[in-house]
Amino acid sequence: MRIAGKGLSTQPKSVSFTFNGRHLMGQEGDTLASALLANDIHLVGRSFKYHRPRGILTAGSEEPNALVTVGHGTCQDPNQRATTQELFDGLEARSQNCWPSVEHDILALNNLAAPFFSAGFYYKTFMWPAAFWEKLYEPMIRRAAGLGALSGEADTDSYEKAYAFCDLLVIGAGPAGLMAALTAGRAGADVLLLEEDSRMGGRLLVEQEEIDGLAAVDWVEIVLAELRSMDNVRLMTRTSVTGAYDEGTYGALERVSHHLPRSHSLKGSHRPRECFWRIAAKRAVLAAGAIERPVAFRNNDRPGVMMAGAVRAYLNRWGVAPGERLTVFANNDDAHRTARDLAQAGVHLAAVIDSRHDAPDSDLFPVIKGAQVCNSSGGRQLESITVRSVRGEEKIQTDCLAMSGGWNPSVHLTCHLNARPTWQRDLLAFVPTPGAVPGLRTAGACNGAFSTHGALSEGEAAAAAALEDLGLARVAAALPQADDAPYRIAPLWAVPGKGRAWLDFQNDVTVKDVAQAADENFRSVEHMKRYTTQGMATDQGKNSNVAALAVLADVTGRSIPETGSTTFRPPFVPVAIGAMGAGAADQGFKPQRFLTSHAVAEERGASQLEVGLWYRAAYFPKPGETSWRQSCDREIMYVRNAVGICDVSTLGKIDIQGADAVRLLDFVYTNTFSTLKQGRVRYGLMLREDGFVMDDGTTARLGENHYVMTTTTAAAGEVMAHLEFVAQVLHPEWDVRFASVTEHWAQFAIAGPKARALLNGLLDQPIDGDSWPFMACGEVSVMGIKGRLFRISFSGEEAYELALPASYGDSLFRILLERAEALGGGAYGMEALNVLRIEKGFITHAEINGTVTAFDLGMQGMMSKKKDFIGKAMAARPGLIDADRMQMVGLKPVGAVKELSAGAHLFNPEDPVERIQDQGYVTSVGFSPLLGHMIGLAFLKGGAGRIGDEIRLVDHMRGIDTLCQVMEPVFYDVEGGKARG
Amino acid sequence: MRFSGWRVLKEGLTGNKGWGPHWRDPEPKREYDVVIIGGGGHGLATAYYLAAEHGITNIAVLEKGYLGGGNVGRNTTIVRANYYLPGNSEFYSHSLRLWESLEQELNYNAMMSQRGILNLYHNDGQRDAAVRRGNSIINQGDDAELLDRDGVRKLAPYLNFDNNRFPIMGALMQRRAGTARHDAVAWGFARGADMRGVDLIQKCEVTGIDVEGGKVTGVQTARGPIRAKKVALAAAGRSSQVAAMAGLTLPIESHVLQAFVTEGVKPLIDQVITFAEGHLYISQSDKGGLVFGSYLDFYASYAARGNLPMVEHTMETCVAMVPAVSKARLLRSWGGIMDMTPDGSPIIDHSPIDGLYLNCGWCYGGFKATPGSGNAYAHLIATDRPHGAARKFKLDRFRSGHGLMDEEGTGAQHNLH
Amino acid sequence: MRITCPHCGERDRREFYYKGAALDRPAEDAEPEAWHAYVNLRENPAGPLAELWYHEMGCGSWLTVMRNTATHEILDVRLASDAEPGAASGGKP
Repeated sequence: MRIAGKGLSTQPKSVSFTFNGRHLMGQEGDTLASALLANDIHLVGRSFKYHRPRGILTAGSEEPNALVTVGHGTCQDPNQRATTQELFDGLEARSQNCWPSVEHDILALNNLAAPFFSAGFYYKTFMWPAAFWEKLYEPMIRRAAGLGALSGEADTDSYEKAYAFCDLLVIGAGPAGLMAALTAGRAGADVLLLEEDSRMGGRLLVEQEEIDGLAAVDWVEIVLAELRSMDNVRLMTRTSVTGAYDEGTYGALERVSHHLPRSHSLKGSHRPRECFWRIAAKRAVLAAGAIERPVAFRNNDRPGVMMAGAVRAYLNRWGVAPGERLTVFANNDDAHRTARDLAQAGVHLAAVIDSRHDAPDSDLFPVIKGAQVCNSSGGRQLESITVRSVRGEEKIQTDCLAMSGGWNPSVHLTCHLNARPTWQRDLLAFVPTPGAVPGLRTAGACNGAFSTHGALSEGEAAAAAALEDLGLARVAAALPQADDAPYRIAPLWAVPGKGRAWLDFQNDVTVKDVAQAADENFRSVEHMKRYTTQGMATDQGKNSNVAALAVLADVTGRSIPETGSTTFRPPFVPVAIGAMGAGAADQGFKPQRFLTSHAVAEERGASQLEVGLWYRAAYFPKPGETSWRQSCDREIMYVRNAVGICDVSTLGKIDIQGADAVRLLDFVYTNTFSTLKQGRVRYGLMLREDGFVMDDGTTARLGENHYVMTTTTAAAGEVMAHLEFVAQVLHPEWDVRFASVTEHWAQFAIAGPKARALLNGLLDQPIDGDSWPFMACGEVSVMGIKGRLFRISFSGEEAYELALPASYGDSLFRILLERAEALGGGAYGMEALNVLRIEKGFITHAEINGTVTAFDLGMQGMMSKKKDFIGKAMAARPGLIDADRMQMVGLKPVGAVKELSAGAHLFNPEDPVERIQDQGYVTSVGFSPLLGHMIGLAFLKGGAGRIGDEIRLVDHMRGIDTLCQVMEPVFYDVEGGKARG
Repeated sequence: MRFSGWRVLKEGLTGNKGWGPHWRDPEPKREYDVVIIGGGGHGLATAYYLAAEHGITNIAVLEKGYLGGGNVGRNTTIVRANYYLPGNSEFYSHSLRLWESLEQELNYNAMMSQRGILNLYHNDGQRDAAVRRGNSIINQGDDAELLDRDGVRKLAPYLNFDNNRFPIMGALMQRRAGTARHDAVAWGFARGADMRGVDLIQKCEVTGIDVEGGKVTGVQTARGPIRAKKVALAAAGRSSQVAAMAGLTLPIESHVLQAFVTEGVKPLIDQVITFAEGHLYISQSDKGGLVFGSYLDFYASYAARGNLPMVEHTMETCVAMVPAVSKARLLRSWGGIMDMTPDGSPIIDHSPIDGLYLNCGWCYGGFKATPGSGNAYAHLIATDRPHGAARKFKLDRFRSGHGLMDEEGTGAQHNLH
Repeated sequence: MRITCPHCGERDRREFYYKGAALDRPAEDAEPEAWHAYVNLRENPAGPLAELWYHEMGCGSWLTVMRNTATHEILDVRLASDAEPGAASGGKP
C-alpha cells in the first residue's frame, strides 16, 4: 500500500499497466515491483522445481523470485525482473512457469513429492528401461524446464553495440561512485560514470540520512548537477557493467528503452531496445555496493518475506509499505533502520526479532533479542511467523517479514579475471582481493565499507589513486560529512530446525540439500554447487552463495575460508543475446561483397552463388531454358566454340614491389620465379610450412621489380598475411612491399577461340600471337583507359584476362558482353567455369582442401630442389610422399548409372563398402556437354598408378552407386595446344 | 549402493538419510600399480575401465583440485560420432557406442540424450563436404542423413530461413548424436572406479615425475612421493606442464575456448544445431538453459576465461542463425583450456619414457571422447598395445607425417584450428 | 585484451591475428628434428611467452608480443622486423 507523504516523487503522474490481465494503476518512477506492492500484490511467480508461490524478495537486479514475462508476440520478453522493470503506460506483464495461473499451478504438486526430489535424485533414477529416457523421462522433465518462454519467432526489436573510451570508469553511482566521479571530474579526467538503476544515488535514494546537513537525496542532486556541468564527465543510467576483461576492457549493457512503450524499440524506429558497450578504461573504480542476504529458516520463501533493505527502499523511495503489519528479523544493526523508518512512517511494526542478545533497543518498536524466526505460515502470502527465543516459541501475525542476514559486498567484477575474494571475519563477508583486476580499485560497500562516510571517503581515495596513476593533479576539497555508524553483525546463516529452509530461492535448494550433498561426499564447494544446482539460477547465487557456503562449512566441520570461496563469471547481470550480437540479424552477420558486374548479372536474371563474402553469378539464363544445366551447357559451349566472358575479380590480387620481390616469390612458391621474364606470367604453387598446399595462382612480372600475384578467392587474406609474415618476420632485410589491390581492378576472363578477335575490336592497339604468346602480360589501353592484359587460361582455350580500374568494371562488362554476343558467345558463370576447369583438371579449393600435398596433385615436379621455400622441409616427411597416399585422378562413369557425385567415396569393385576398404573420395563433378557424360576429379589411394582401372563410387547420402574408370585428370585437349593458340 | 527409482522412493520416505558417499576420500598409499595424473573425465574413465575391464584396481587417480573440475565440467555437453578421417572415425564411433550403454554400465544417470545433431550447410561446397562426411560416417557403420532445406525446416522451424546472410541449404544429421549431463559423467565414472577399489585422491597436485634409467618409477605430489609401476598422464589443459616434469616437450599449444549458457527458457531447441559459416553449436539443456559456443579465442592461454571479441562473435552467430533466441539472456560464460595439437586430433600413446603414457591433445573434442578415451587408454596401459579404435592417435605422426588427421583441412600446424 | 601497436597505439585485440610462439625458422639444411621442433613442438609455458601477432585490421605490421599466458598481461610489444634473431627465447623449441 502507498503511504501518503513518503517516496521521492512529490507530484507523481499515474501510470496504467496490466499484470496477469488485471488492469492496475501505479505511478511515474515506479518499478513493476513497487507498483505491485502498492496494489498489495505479493504473489508474482513460482519457483523452478517445486512451483512454490513466490513474491518480491529484493529491490534490485539480483531478484530471484519476481521474474515475469513482459509484452507479447515477437516482442515477448521472458524472465524480466519486476524489481528493475520500470513502469510505463501500457506495460503488460504476466507471471511465468505456472499453469493455468500463478494462483493455481498444477505443478505445485511437485511440492508434495519433494522428499523424492532431493538433491541429485535424477542421477540415481530414470535409467530403466534404457530406451525410456528419450521416450518418456526426458520429455517429462523437459516439459517442466525453463522459466519464461521465448516467442519462438525472430526477435523484432533492434539492438546496438558501441565503444567508449575513458580515463576513469566509475561503476555505480552511490555515495562511493559519486564521490569518485566528482574527485576525478574536478581534476579534469575523462570520466564515465555508469549506474544500473534508472536514477543515480544508490542507497542514498532509499536511506533517511544527511550529508553535509542536507537530506541525502538533495546532496545527490547537487553532486549530479556539478557532474553534469563538466564536459569531461559522462553519466549513464540504466547501464550495468557486465564484465571485466583484459587490459581495462569492460562490457556494459545499457537498457535504452525497456522503460518506454514497445513501439520505441522496434526495428526501424530510432531507439534500440538495448545497447551493448565495449569500454576501454585506463583506470576503473568499482563502487557497486552490496547485496543483502536472506537467512535460511523453515518456509522462508513465502511471498511477504522480503529483504529488510528492500522493504526500506520501497518505503523511502517509492512510498510503499509492503504490508500492514510488518516484522523484522535480523542479525545486524542495519536492519533496525528498516524498523525505524517503518515506525516513523506510521506503519505498524509488530516486532524486531534479532538473533543477538546484545541487539540495540529502540523507543519506536519492540525488540525480541536472542531470538530467531523458525517458521512461517500462510498460503500465497505470509500470515504469521513463529519466533523462538528463551521464552519458547511464539506465533506473531504478520504479512511482511523484513529479513537481513547481513550484506555481501558486490565483489563480482573483481572475480572475472579469476581472482578469488577474501573472507573478512568481522564483516562475515567476502571482500575484493586487492589487485584482482589490474587498474581497478574498489570503494564503498562493495569493498566492505558499509557506512556512508566510509563510502564517500573510499570513493574519494580510489579516484585520487587513479588520478595519480594518470598523472593528473587532484583538486583539494573537504570530504562531505556523513553517517559513520559501525556495522555490527553476528553469524546467523540457517536457523536450526525441521522442514525445508531455502537457500537458493529460484532453484529450490534448501539447507537439507546442501547437507545431503555433503553426506554424499560432494564436499567441495564446486561439487556441492553442481550437485544441488545451488547458485546456478538467474541470480547466479548473488543472494544465496555465501549462506550456502556457510552451511556447507558447518556440516563438514570446516571454517568458511577452508571450505572454499565462491567465484563469479561474466556477465554480472544476464544480457540478451540480441544485445551482444547486435548488427548480425538478417543480412548483417557478415559484409556482402559485390562485383562491378553485379548489376548486369542482376539485370540478366543471373542466379547468384556465395563465394566467401562475395556474390558471383552462377549462370545467366536465357528465355526458354528450364534448368540450370541448359544454361550451363550453353555457356560452356560459348567458351569452347566462340568466346565467353566471366568476371574473375574476386581472385586476390597483391601488388609486390621492391628489389627483393623476386627473392620473396622464390621463397613462397615451390617453383622458381627468378627466371620469369618481364611481360610474362607464371603459375605457382604455395605450401604452408607444414608441407601441405596452401594456395595456387599466377604471378605476373610487370616491371623490373614489380609483380602482381593472384590468389584464389578464398585464400586472399591468408596469403597477404603470409607474405607479410615472410617479409617482416623471416626476412626483414629484404626490400619488398605489398599492397592488396583486389578491389582496385575489375578483371574479366575472355576465353574461347574468338577471344583475340573480340579483344582486337576493343583494344586501342591490336595484339597478335607473336607479341602476346601464351602467358604473356602487359599494359594495354581500352578506349583510352589504361589497363592490364594477361594471356592466361583457366578453361583450356585461348584466353585472356583484361583488368581495368574497378570504376570501369560495369561498363567494360557491358561492352564485353555485347561484343561476345556479336561473335556468337556471351557471359558465363561459375557453373560453366567449374565444368571448364574440371575438363582441364585445374584445381580449386575443392581439391586443395588443406590436406593435400604437391605429390597428391601430381605437382611434385614443381618443388624446386635448387632453393629453400616455405614448406620444403616438412613436405619431405615420409608420410607426405608415401606412394599409398591418395592422389588426384579423373573419373568417368562406365556403369549402368551415369551419375557422379562430389563427396562420394571410392571402393575397389570387389571389396565390401566399409571404412577400412575406403580408397578415396570425389572432390568435383560436372557434366561435360562436349564429351556427353559426367566427369569428376577425385583423390584415390595410389591413384597415379591406377589409371585405367575400374573403381566403385558410392554415395549413401544421395543414393548413387556406380562404376567409374580412373583417368588422367585431364579430359580435354590433353596436349594443351588450344590455350597456346 | 545400487541406485534406482525404488531407492529414491525409499530414501524419500525415510528422510533421505541413507545416501552414502558416492566415493571415498582415501589417504594416498605409498605405491600403486598405476597412477593416473588428472581426475577429470578421461582420467576417471581410464581408472574405471582399468578396473572394470582389465582387473587392475591398485590405482590412484591424483587430482590437484576436485574431481571433474577440468574440461568435463566446462563444455557444451555434445556427444557425436560424425568425424570423417580414418583414426577419428573409428574412435568416435567406438566412443558413441560406449555412451549408449554408459548409464546402465555405471548405474548413474548421465542423461545421455540422443536428440540428434544438425550440421547446417549453406552452399554447394559445404554440401559436398557434408556428403563426404556423411558417407564416411555410414561407411564406418554409424548413422547420417542429408537433409534438404525443407527437411531442416521441419525439425528446426525456429532457424532463420527467410532473411539470412548465409541461407540454409540443408543439413547433415546424425540422430544418434546428442548431449549428456557433463558433471554426471565424471561422477559416474568416479563412483564406478571407487566401487572397484580405485583410490581417488583430490587436492593432490603432482609436482614431479620420477624417472630412473629411462623408466618411470613414481611421482612427487603435494601429499608426498608415490611410487608407481606405470604413470598415465590425463591432464588435458595442463599436459605440457605435466609432460615437462618428465622432460618431454609435446606438440601442444594451450588455448582458451569459451562456452555460454542462458537463463532457463521453455524448451525451444530440440536438437543440437551447428552452423559452419559462423561456427556455432547450440542446444538446450533439460533445465531450459541454452548451451552454446563457437571458436577458440585464438591466443595461447591458461587463464580459463576469454575476452569479448569471441563472446560477441558467438552471440552474432546466434542472432544470425537462430533469431528466436535473441531475447534469451546470457547468464554465465566460462573458458576451458584446450590442448591444441597441430592437426586438431588427439594423442593416446606410449611416451618415449618406459611406463609413462600419454593421453592429451583433445583439442575441443574431449567431452564426447570421454568413455572412448578412457576405454582405449586403459587398454594401452594394461596391455601395452594400442586399442584397435585408437591406433592412429600416435605421437609420432607429427614427426613422420604419417596419418595426420586434419578434419578441418585448415592445416597440420599450430594456430590454424 | 588490448595491444599497443608501435605504429598505431593501443588497439583492441580484435584488430589482430594471432600466429603463436615466436620461433626462429631453422636453416634450410637443418635436421628433420629441428623442423619437427619448429613446426610441431611447443614449450607452451604457463607464463611469459614471446608471440607473433599481425595487425591485420591496422597497419599490417607483424609484432613480437611478450605476453603472460596465465594472466593475459602484455609485457612488451615491438615490431617483429626489429627483433634480433634468437630473441624469441620465450618459445624456443
